[in-house]
Amino acid sequence: MIWLDVLVQGILLGGLYALFAAGLSLVFGIMRLVNLAHGDLIVLAAFVILLIVATTGLDPFLAALIAAGWLLQRLVLNRVLGRDILPPLLVTFGLSVALQNGMLEAFSADSRRLRVGALESASIGFGPVTVGTLPLLTFASAVVAIFVLNRIFYTTALGRAFRAVSDDPTTASLMGLNPRSVFAIATGLAMVIVTLAALYLGMRSNFDPSIGPARLLYAFQAVIIGGLGSLWGTLAGGAIIGVAQTLGAQINPEWQILAGHIAFLVVLLIRPRGLFPRAVD
Amino acid sequence: MALLSTHALTAQYGQFKALFGVDLHIDPGECVAIIGANGAGKTTLMRAITGVLKNAPEMIRLGGEPIGALPPDRILQRGIAMVPEGRKLFPSLTVEENLLIGGQVRRGSGRWSLDDIYRLFPILKDRRHSPGTALSGGQQQMVAIGRALMSNPELLLCDEISLGLAPVVIRDIYAALPAIRATGAAVILVEQDITRALSVADRVYCMMEGRVTLTAPAGQVTREAIHAAYFGAAA
Repeated sequence: MIWLDVLVQGILLGGLYALFAAGLSLVFGIMRLVNLAHGDLIVLAAFVILLIVATTGLDPFLAALIAAGWLLQRLVLNRVLGRDILPPLLVTFGLSVALQNGMLEAFSADSRRLRVGALESASIGFGPVTVGTLPLLTFASAVVAIFVLNRIFYTTALGRAFRAVSDDPTTASLMGLNPRSVFAIATGLAMVIVTLAALYLGMRSNFDPSIGPARLLYAFQAVIIGGLGSLWGTLAGGAIIGVAQTLGAQINPEWQILAGHIAFLVVLLIRPRGLFPRAVD
Repeated sequence: MALLSTHALTAQYGQFKALFGVDLHIDPGECVAIIGANGAGKTTLMRAITGVLKNAPEMIRLGGEPIGALPPDRILQRGIAMVPEGRKLFPSLTVEENLLIGGQVRRGSGRWSLDDIYRLFPILKDRRHSPGTALSGGQQQMVAIGRALMSNPELLLCDEISLGLAPVVIRDIYAALPAIRATGAAVILVEQDITRALSVADRVYCMMEGRVTLTAPAGQVTREAIHAAYFGAAA
């Protein structure tokens, strides 16, 4: 029964990784922008939640983060988008370094956590396995977030604009769309997912200013295992890394992270384009 | 007053100058053909008018207002829609979604609805859930024209709509032109097929090496005049 338990816990952990990855996948899918600061943005969002929880409610802060995403895209990232993929990489790498040091300055290197009382240790029994309420909630949120993103992408006018601009920004502008505005909306939407991910990251474990790049790595692996452009694939990718890490930890706690990376490499060896690659690239 | 006019319009790609002072105009409801060899500057002219290439504001006027420096999305909102060379359908979108993208920024009460487009090109209704790029070249061209019409343009720019298509397919596509002109829209046809262009246009401009070398009513222009304007007088 221990292996079934490991499997379930791993899949639930995968929900968190899928949340890390969904925002990254969204931004990459629409504007071919690899955001190296994605992990740090998640950590920053977690710190901001921590800060605001102590003072006011959550709503204005969510609005502020969406606005931050929109501004980041309009003022910084739109300037460097183009045929060459290197400038946006350099800019987001710089942003990553700046965010880490900024957070170190503002919040110190102490490891922090979002306290949610009884929910932290609550659990539900399903026959032979017992699952934590929080991991279950995380996974459910990931499923809902990906479902909603898919609906936006494939059934709304906004999603149509996302796909058109992603295909061909120049022709999209001839159809009356402003690619820069569309990109800014996409980044704002990605920041909503970042915030959700930050919320669960902060409740699940300790965080400090330096852990962003590792979250980025898990997010990347989930996106690539799932196949670029497929959001459900990203969820599957997150689950695979989650199961591999839990399995590795079960055998020997030192192997947790390593097992995730090995699973990633194995999938790449077998399916170089990921499990569910989008037909049109 | 002219619907659209260009005034000493110049354009360049980096160091390479592609247009040298082009003056042309088109009246409301008129159909003008622009002919010329490859590299004559026809597509550059279209890119300048649609705002893909930036210009000085007063180089291009729409209804007298300077629009030369507006970005492409603003130009479309003013009523100039483009059928780009090579169709340029969005591969991630179905036929119907491609059409809807064209109508996302609509002007006026709407002369063109999705149903009107399907009446104009009935084959598209059967294929409406296919990916745009799964269609034949002629059908893709129909989608590209329908997509541009969905914004209810005052002026429709068609860049090489017969390029690479079989004569029978070209005939089908040109058969849609009277219905488009019946809405009152002016049309600019950029064409390599001179006979086709002259048979439907009111007026013709011939371009060579970034300059207009001939302007004439389509019914009065002679083969010799076109030959001279197309290849240069000495040729």
